[in-house]
Amino acid sequence: MSQLIVKGLSKQFGGVKAVQDVSFTIQGGTVHSVIGPNGAGKTTLFNLITGIYTPSSGSIEFEGTPVAGAEPAELARLGMSRTFQNLQVCMNMTAIENVMVGAHLRLSQGLLASVLHLPALRRADRACREEAAELMRFVGVGDYHRAHASQMSYGALKRLEIARALAAKPKMILLDEPAAGLNDTETHEIEALIRKIADSGVTVVLVEHDMKLVMNLSDHILVLDYGKKLAEGTAAEVRANPDVIAAYLGASA
Amino acid sequence: MSTPGSPKSEHRSAEHAGFRMSGKLKGLLVLAAVLLLLPLLLSNNYQYDVVIRIAMNAIVVIGLNLLIGYTGQISLGHAGFLGIGAYASGILTTQFSWPPLLALLAGCVAAGALAFAIARPVLKLKGHYLAMATLGLGIIISIVITNEGKYTGGPDGLTVPALALSGFELDGAKPWYVVVALLLLLVTWLALNLIDSPAGRALQAIHGSEVAAQVAGVQTTRVKVRIFVVSAVIASLVGSLSAHYIAFITPGIAGFFHSIELVTMVVVGGMASVFGSIVGAVILTMLPQLLSTFEGWETVVFGAILMATMIFMPKGIVPTLAAHFRKGGSK
Amino acid sequence: MTAQFLQFLFSGITIGATYALAALGFSIIYNASGVINFAQGEFIMLGGMAAALLAAQGVPLPLAIGIAVVGAAVGGLLVEKLAIEPAKNAEVVTLIIITIGASLFIRGLVQVTVGKGTHALPSFSGDKPLEVLGATLLPQSLWVLGVTLVIVAVLAWFFTRTLHGKAMLATSHNKLAAQLVGINTKAILLVSFGLSAALGALGGILVAPITNTSYDIGIMLGLKGFVAATLGGLGSGTGAIVGGLLLGVVEAMTAGYISSSYKDAVPFVLILVVLFFMPRGLFGAKLTERV
Repeated sequence: MSQLIVKGLSKQFGGVKAVQDVSFTIQGGTVHSVIGPNGAGKTTLFNLITGIYTPSSGSIEFEGTPVAGAEPAELARLGMSRTFQNLQVCMNMTAIENVMVGAHLRLSQGLLASVLHLPALRRADRACREEAAELMRFVGVGDYHRAHASQMSYGALKRLEIARALAAKPKMILLDEPAAGLNDTETHEIEALIRKIADSGVTVVLVEHDMKLVMNLSDHILVLDYGKKLAEGTAAEVRANPDVIAAYLGASA
Repeated sequence: MSTPGSPKSEHRSAEHAGFRMSGKLKGLLVLAAVLLLLPLLLSNNYQYDVVIRIAMNAIVVIGLNLLIGYTGQISLGHAGFLGIGAYASGILTTQFSWPPLLALLAGCVAAGALAFAIARPVLKLKGHYLAMATLGLGIIISIVITNEGKYTGGPDGLTVPALALSGFELDGAKPWYVVVALLLLLVTWLALNLIDSPAGRALQAIHGSEVAAQVAGVQTTRVKVRIFVVSAVIASLVGSLSAHYIAFITPGIAGFFHSIELVTMVVVGGMASVFGSIVGAVILTMLPQLLSTFEGWETVVFGAILMATMIFMPKGIVPTLAAHFRKGGSK
Repeated sequence: MTAQFLQFLFSGITIGATYALAALGFSIIYNASGVINFAQGEFIMLGGMAAALLAAQGVPLPLAIGIAVVGAAVGGLLVEKLAIEPAKNAEVVTLIIITIGASLFIRGLVQVTVGKGTHALPSFSGDKPLEVLGATLLPQSLWVLGVTLVIVAVLAWFFTRTLHGKAMLATSHNKLAAQLVGINTKAILLVSFGLSAALGALGGILVAPITNTSYDIGIMLGLKGFVAATLGGLGSGTGAIVGGLLLGVVEAMTAGYISSSYKDAVPFVLILVVLFFMPRGLFGAKLTERV
């Protein structure tokens, strides 16, 4: 089942063509990676899909719904979740509250219920808190369930963000460089975590530089270079592709 | 004491859900006890007056803190909404013989509508522009009040009748104290509830990382507008009440300096702290009273205190103290 | 008809030049630190006030002006050193409150030492008004415009031709990058406060002969300078100038043709209108936040 269909997607910032005429399809339940040298437009592509940027042209369809240019909150409603390359954790909140924010759409937001702390809201909140603690254990930061975000290490915060993204019970999760800044051990752990997430049925879309991780996990890989699609296919196909090899040998990835 | 969302405390740990709730309850009980026992210490009308003004300021500041401390927005013109409430009550009751409660309601609606009109276009942008817009709005309101003397009495001020409810007149220090104390307790409870709810977490998330909140499904612009309107309505409500209490209002109530005073109470008492708001109101309402003996030096000392507090206790008093207590290894 | 229009235009441009200098001050500091310096208005006041007091003591006018400007610059340096630098990585709201505290402090000091009265500064070259196309133009107005133009030219040269100026520009575009190439950003911040204070003071001095000065003129002047800076686009030098002049003219026109009691509301109505339709201001840069 084609979950995400991207056709002719382009994004221009003034004179810079960050993404040019990119088309691809993502099947539900797979692990799909986007790789390419720095500046290839990977994060821009992510931002286009998740509504942070509006495309200059092209279309995006998520589970049959056209979503190009939709607001991020709208996409969250449709079942998309993501993490950020430059870590967007709310350092003014506790770790568990950060994760609970991820479940926002699944909880009551009524102002009246909130200010009166009606029993139903309290019960839902308690359940949400337990779920959040469980998610923190799932991603491997269970030890921090009483901590404040400002007390957590970089690696822990990266996982916390993933927990937040999972709290939404998404259909598709987009991870922007989840292994960035992590050492070998941590990278292995993240790889295992992503495997766990994929096994639970969530579609995983990945931007990553760590080739081993990408090759180990991916069902399908999309290679970008200078904003254009360079190649796509399975790990084996991409590895053998001469254009890909040229692009990477030329760069210092 | 529940002060969730205190920015970057180093050794703070989140309490277990059950303990946190009772922390909130503990704070409320302390507040209630203080409000209950305070009259035993107050011996004259002047002292009651100070306490009533403190409580009124505290209520406004709690609302303002929701906007500034928790949601991370800024309003440099909030006194304008106070002024709208005050003058709505003043004008409608004196010149149009409206019942006070209806006038109060009208003030709240006007303030809310104005806040909504301003907030929608401007809250989509970043901080400084909101600061400028709110600043502008507050000043425009105070200029209008000053100029439209026919209705407002202009710089000479306006006398406001006592708050009357179907024959019963709210008059005198003690009855006002009861009303304001109850209102403060209520608003504190409501605010604490809000913080500890999905809507409250959404507010704080916007402050922490607006884009993260967005991808989590929070409609950030809508939430920001809502909290702006709520804080404006609270200010208007207090404005109306203070108009009836003081029985005389001048355009200064909506002025730039008053707006700055309110923001200072938020920042000095503690951003993102409901009890901090109360502390801020206490300190900065009493300060001018204490400084009045310094004839003319008030402004200097006020400015010096502002700078010193912000430099050495940038999180504000309550969060800084709370962090110290936790460092001390309690619990 | 034309005479009246010209009259309003002249007075508008004159006060607009002061707003422009104030706005430049706001932009320079904003560029260096992201802070809105609410004490800027007080430096405008200090300039005029110090010059007026010195002149009243018999100090020759040029010397009085020089001392006043230098004094204000020192004041700016002090504010940065004692109030801003210690606060380092505080949130922007905190820094804004600090500058508000500084403005209260300065204003309060002037109030207790000098009192609440108004003071006059003699016009630079006499008070005999000039006749231009039926409208009267004060010679002081020409001074205001002339000096402002010179200042703008000097600043333009400074920022684009000198190493120090370029360093300041670099800091405003990307502080981290500037530090990495060895620019002392702390010193830049210090200089920007001093420079902004001097600019404000000069503006206050230029216009003091026309409007007189007192301890509390800083508030409105500062706020309007802030509006002018935002109008033109916070951080843009050209924007500050255009914003200031535009503001002065619109204000004068409104006061003249519509209502003088609402003159003070004009800047704020204008800024609301601009913010609704052109949020970045007239010349503000388009920002794209990278996530």
